[in-house]
Amino acid sequence: MRWMRAYLPALLFGAALLGLWEFLVAYYRVPVYVLPAPHLILQAAQTQAQELCAAAWITIVITAQALFWAVTLGLGLAVLFTRARLVERVLYPYVVILQVTPVVAIAPLVLIWVGFDNVNRALVIIAWIVAFFPVLTNAVAGLRAVDPNLRDLFKLYNAKPLQTLIKLELPSALPQILTGIKISGGLALIGAIVAEFVAGSGNSTGLAWRIIETGNRLDIAGLFASLLLLSAIGVGLFYLLSLVEWLCLKNWHPAYQKQGNI
Amino acid sequence: MVALDIIDLRFAYGDGPAILGPIDIKIPHHGITAILGPSGCGKSTLLRLLAGLCKPQSGHIRSAFTLSELGFVFQDPTLLDWASVRDNMMLPLTLSGAVSPAMREHGNEILRQLGLDGFQDYLPHQLSGGMRMRLSLARALIAQPKLLLLDEPFAALDEIIRNRLDEELRSLVIEQNMTALFVTHSVSESVFLADRILVMSKRPGLIKAEVEIDGPKIRDINWRESAPFRTYCRDLIAQLEEVS
Repeated sequence: MRWMRAYLPALLFGAALLGLWEFLVAYYRVPVYVLPAPHLILQAAQTQAQELCAAAWITIVITAQALFWAVTLGLGLAVLFTRARLVERVLYPYVVILQVTPVVAIAPLVLIWVGFDNVNRALVIIAWIVAFFPVLTNAVAGLRAVDPNLRDLFKLYNAKPLQTLIKLELPSALPQILTGIKISGGLALIGAIVAEFVAGSGNSTGLAWRIIETGNRLDIAGLFASLLLLSAIGVGLFYLLSLVEWLCLKNWHPAYQKQGNI
Repeated sequence: MVALDIIDLRFAYGDGPAILGPIDIKIPHHGITAILGPSGCGKSTLLRLLAGLCKPQSGHIRSAFTLSELGFVFQDPTLLDWASVRDNMMLPLTLSGAVSPAMREHGNEILRQLGLDGFQDYLPHQLSGGMRMRLSLARALIAQPKLLLLDEPFAALDEIIRNRLDEELRSLVIEQNMTALFVTHSVSESVFLADRILVMSKRPGLIKAEVEIDGPKIRDINWRESAPFRTYCRDLIAQLEEVS
């Protein structure tokens, strides 16, 4: 019942929108190469299921790899920044430059430098560039926001830096780190698609390549089917990371507690 | 020998105005010394200086205790939200690698004494304010400190719970022969708890008076309702009005 209450309004809205779309396309006789009706998109998804799944798998693998490196390097760099101000002062401006420079402008260079032998490696790097900043900034903010009294407590009990990191800083920063990872998840997918677009057809066979290829053939229903799958992957990734966040925080974080104390 | 010998201690933030001092005072071994003063007079700063959590601008503190013999209770419970009651209490021992079956049993005993028995696996958010403060006290006691520093630990609690915790704290300090410094702005709490009260003036915080409390060793409601208790309170209020 709770599930129904939470999602039914959105599902009903979506169904109404699809119905309107179906009706308007039929009523105005919109050509299929401009805007296909939803049932044609569903048909295309069924007939191209095998190719779509294979392409989706490649995009998912690139996204997962980019997210893995975003989390690993973002967290590692955040710990380094909070431990050594000098490292932060040296590296942070370059991290910001990397973040604010449009990835489509950097992508061709990455493809030339890394992608000659292994296009997928270049795609992962491009997606990583897009994805890693939120993990870094959220982790830095979280690690810095540790309760000063708890820091004093660890100091009083002569805690080693590694003990302070593992027993205090990382658990304390976990909510912010997980928020960063949730944002990065979506960005890794966007980065993977952008990278595949830049790599162009023939080099990569992910979902972006399917979009380019169906677009070139004016198979707009097939293009929509790819877009539909892409959205589904994005939504799935978001909910998967939300589930991880819930599992990590449900027992102790105030935001997840419904009942009062004793 | 004294437990703490504070010599010409002064504190200020950078080049800002003086927060504290000069303070010259000797804290004797055993029993409770209360530091009483108006809000913002530097009582907590003095306690942090004694714990080595901040550096004095000048002066010295000679302590008969090492850092490992020190227990500190903050104004807030200052607990790890993600750790159970047991893990929070055992934290000092976990950090020093001194967890042993004997210490676990000692921990259970402390929890029993502080009325937290049966709550070992609870998380802090599942406890009441008073229980969280008790847990904070249990954590300070687990490593068997010889010097206990308490920074207005019961200030946020209601009067009934605060009185009960004051009684428990006094008993524990006396039983375990500890030296305790208790910061408070409550006159009645200081008279109830302390063997000796240091009255501080407004900023810069200075020790304006020392009052010896001639009360029973173990104190309860009878002490709180006695004539000497009321006299001490009246005199201290007059002194505080003078320095505020």
